[in-house]
Amino acid sequence: MPKIIYNTHDNKTHAIDVQNGLTVMEGAVQNDIPGIDADCGGGMACATCHVYVDEEWLDKLPTKEDGEEDMLDMAFEPKNNSRLSCQITVSDELDGLVVNIPSKQS
Amino acid sequence: MNKTDVLIIGAGPTGLFCAHQLGIIGLSCEIVDNLDKAGGQCIELYPDKPIYDIPAVPECTGEELTNNLLQQIKPFKVKFHLNERVEQLKKVENRWHVKTSGDIEFDVAAIIIAGGVGSFEPRKFPIKECEKFEGSSLFYSIKDKSIFKDKTISIFGGGDSALDWAIELSNTSKVNLIHRRDGFSGAESSVQKVKELNDQGKLNLFTKYQMDSLKGDKKIDIIKIKHENGEIKEIKSDYVLGFFGLIMQLGPILEWGLNINKKIIEVNTENFETNINGIFAIGDICSYPGKLKLILSGFHEGALAARGCFKYAKPDEKLRFEFTTTSKAAQERLGIKK
Repeated sequence: MPKIIYNTHDNKTHAIDVQNGLTVMEGAVQNDIPGIDADCGGGMACATCHVYVDEEWLDKLPTKEDGEEDMLDMAFEPKNNSRLSCQITVSDELDGLVVNIPSKQS
Repeated sequence: MNKTDVLIIGAGPTGLFCAHQLGIIGLSCEIVDNLDKAGGQCIELYPDKPIYDIPAVPECTGEELTNNLLQQIKPFKVKFHLNERVEQLKKVENRWHVKTSGDIEFDVAAIIIAGGVGSFEPRKFPIKECEKFEGSSLFYSIKDKSIFKDKTISIFGGGDSALDWAIELSNTSKVNLIHRRDGFSGAESSVQKVKELNDQGKLNLFTKYQMDSLKGDKKIDIIKIKHENGEIKEIKSDYVLGFFGLIMQLGPILEWGLNINKKIIEVNTENFETNINGIFAIGDICSYPGKLKLILSGFHEGALAARGCFKYAKPDEKLRFEFTTTSKAAQERLGIKK
């Protein structure tokens, strides 16, 4: 099972086995990783599952759909490496993916 | 004081259908919602997006679903209190007294919380010092646009609200529009208009910039904005407007003594009552083993919660189970003339 590395804002690292096909957001929510609110439940409608993806992983991720960049405008302190974790589906290629969770979601 | 049988908190699809179920069994209700219109997430987050899993409705949009629900509860003449957020809760003998942010008071037998993921509030700037100016020279919505006349306004955001206000205020004010990227989520025609105004010098557009800090004593004087390459610009500003959409927050309900875990309220599955007698929770805001956050589940929960309210509203009467197809009483309540 691929491992996803979640770095939370309190400087803790959580290495979690996440099943292929789940999203990075679901991996966090199911494993009680703090800092991912996911209010809309994965509908790309709220920007509260915002993460900063480690630079070296950025170009390995599926490209953003139209609506994702629009939603990121609403996120708390968006940066160039911002993604919505509900839009990243876990696969073997993403084994070792590192995401950093912002200090707040709103 | 508004006296009614049940107060529904939240005018999303779950709250609206619950009003129908209350009406059918002869209970009155009123609905409070923090938004300016009914529909909840359906209308605020995805009015144009299709929904495919409403039973017997192969496809509809959030807006269509809302309109149909409003149509369905029309016979019950439900009173809505929009732009209001519930704040205080008090038990008075066997009734509940509830007060809203706008000081509207209710005296009810039971309360049904259909609050989704919380009430919608504007998203704010991440910078702490913005709070100091909020309401005086920094706003997240506009109530009186006349105060901006002949002033310098810095508007942040890239959606329709930011673009529309930038265009409108550029007629009477000096407008800076600041957005974090080159692309905009607002309507293409507005984006073109803003670019034209920028070319004509009637508006200043700054893209790839975000708020860095602001200075001022009682009112904002100067703001600093930061380019993604680190460059910082100082802009004189009398007012700052931020349009970053809405966020959902649970608010004062958190203080009501309900069993709340991760922003959701625990309920039983018999009638969706919470740990407090007479207070029910349905829809996305409630949690129980096997809970699905689907609109159809919210409808089911509302039907049972409505019946759960009956003993509080009419303690001396017995509720009989009836079908709307054959029940004379239900059809009378629906205003059906035969």
